[in-house]
Amino acid sequence: MTTANVDNDEAPSARRARARRRLLQMHFESGVGHLGPNLSALDVILALYHDVMRPGDQFVLSKGHAAGALYVALWTLGRLDDDDLTQFHGEGTLLSGHPPASGIDDILFATGSLGHGLGLASGLALAKRLRGEPGRVFCLTSDGEWNEGSTWESLIFARHQRLTNLSLIIDMNGLQGFGTTQEVADLSPLAEKPRAFGLETIEIDGHDPQAIARALNAEAGSGPRCVVAQTRKGRGVSFMEGRLEWHYLPMTPAQYEQALGEVGAT
Amino acid sequence: MRNAFSESLVAQADRTDFVFLTGDLGYKALEPLREALGPRFINAGVAEQNMVSVSAGLARNGLRPWAYSIAPFIYARPFEQIRNDVCLHALPVVLVGNGGGYGYGVMGATHHALEDYGVLLTLPNMRVFVPAFDADVPEVVTLLFDADGPRYLRLGLGEEPRGWKPPPFAPWRKLMAGQGATIVAVGPLAGSLWSPLSELPVETRPNLWCLSSLPLEALPDEIKNDLRPGAFLCVVEEHVAQGGVGGMLAARLLEMGCALGRFVHRSALGYPSGRYGSQKFHRRESGLDPKSIIALLKESREAP
Repeated sequence: MTTANVDNDEAPSARRARARRRLLQMHFESGVGHLGPNLSALDVILALYHDVMRPGDQFVLSKGHAAGALYVALWTLGRLDDDDLTQFHGEGTLLSGHPPASGIDDILFATGSLGHGLGLASGLALAKRLRGEPGRVFCLTSDGEWNEGSTWESLIFARHQRLTNLSLIIDMNGLQGFGTTQEVADLSPLAEKPRAFGLETIEIDGHDPQAIARALNAEAGSGPRCVVAQTRKGRGVSFMEGRLEWHYLPMTPAQYEQALGEVGAT
Repeated sequence: MRNAFSESLVAQADRTDFVFLTGDLGYKALEPLREALGPRFINAGVAEQNMVSVSAGLARNGLRPWAYSIAPFIYARPFEQIRNDVCLHALPVVLVGNGGGYGYGVMGATHHALEDYGVLLTLPNMRVFVPAFDADVPEVVTLLFDADGPRYLRLGLGEEPRGWKPPPFAPWRKLMAGQGATIVAVGPLAGSLWSPLSELPVETRPNLWCLSSLPLEALPDEIKNDLRPGAFLCVVEEHVAQGGVGGMLAARLLEMGCALGRFVHRSALGYPSGRYGSQKFHRRESGLDPKSIIALLKESREAP
């Protein structure tokens, strides 16, 4: 892998703008949608990889439809290169629309069917504890994913096992597949649910890198921790923000030009 | 077989990579294992989907998890977790289903596992063990600890005939040599057939094979001899026909150019009468019991 994309002195805001542009480029060139949930999650994933995770830490992207954001975050670290991203969604690619089962060391599990990640992350965290190993485990779920019963099973388990090395992050962008989260299956206020299950839960601006890092680097409590990241679907692109259709649509050339201009200034 | 299973695992408790998860089951069977494993015995609660995902996470970080429940609850409820989390990544997770087939008898249809190994064998990297006798369990447990990918262990009731010692565990075992038909029985059913068939006159006694490992490995030479052209083969399994050994073995024999004279597949038929009873009751309803098999052999001899 090349390290040409890596700039250790880069300011977080510049890194974010660069990552957003690269994400837009990758999706535009491959003619792929799913931009809304990728842009809502990108800041959390970037902060995780740049400001939170250390060697020995592990990440599970439970909302596998944000694979693009994950690939781009790995690109900013030099673990994927431009040639890799160019093959996104292509024939014979390793970079499928949802994370692949093998071939990329940083990706531990093929996710994409919702409701799996928190259980997987709980297993990773429990293994670390049983083996007496250091390191933390982070899991990013969507908010719509809390419709899945298995996610609640995992929440109960993670709390019962007091997995202090596990952090759960919920990307609260408020939109899911065919409506708002309130319209489809209203769990609001969602943050009260993990809190009621006994998790130390805080709500933050999910587009504020410092807030994300502060929340996830805080001293471990009685475990696990829940960080509810308030986000906007399509964050950074005016015509995508909060719009359901950008869960699906690819951009036209004119939309791409406009989007690039907007994120570059963010 | 469940106690033999627990004892075999207790013997492995010193392995620091061994983690056992149960879906809140094991009363009067797994207490010694819980004692032996301490924190590595996890009661994951009545939440099988999470239990399988957790197992995948444990295996991904170098441990060897065994996930245990009543058979239908370990393969049907968490099927997608088995497929995506375990099998796609070829992780060495052992799924243990207690009471395969009609093992839970009159407890009812929700507790039966009639399509477990057929369903699971559609998944990548999956292999299945169906031990026939209690004495098989320690050897199978050793094999499962050495596995390089996902495995399913179907536990049943060991039906070891009194006064007879079965041959050591092997994927294929010939339990009885005869001069008539050839029967291939899967797992414990083979044991249930041994005594009644051994009482038949030698000239009508069948060859009885026990199959305990799937998918099919290479067929032993001796069974090829038993299945010479014109032979009558009957496959008996406590599993529905779809995805079962009958179809697998028939396809293999066709590929080998084996020209059987007759082929009968006796499989689990579900609930033909709509009534429930013991495991033996359900076997009788599906024609899997010794009497039905002996009648089949007789009818086959008398057929033109």
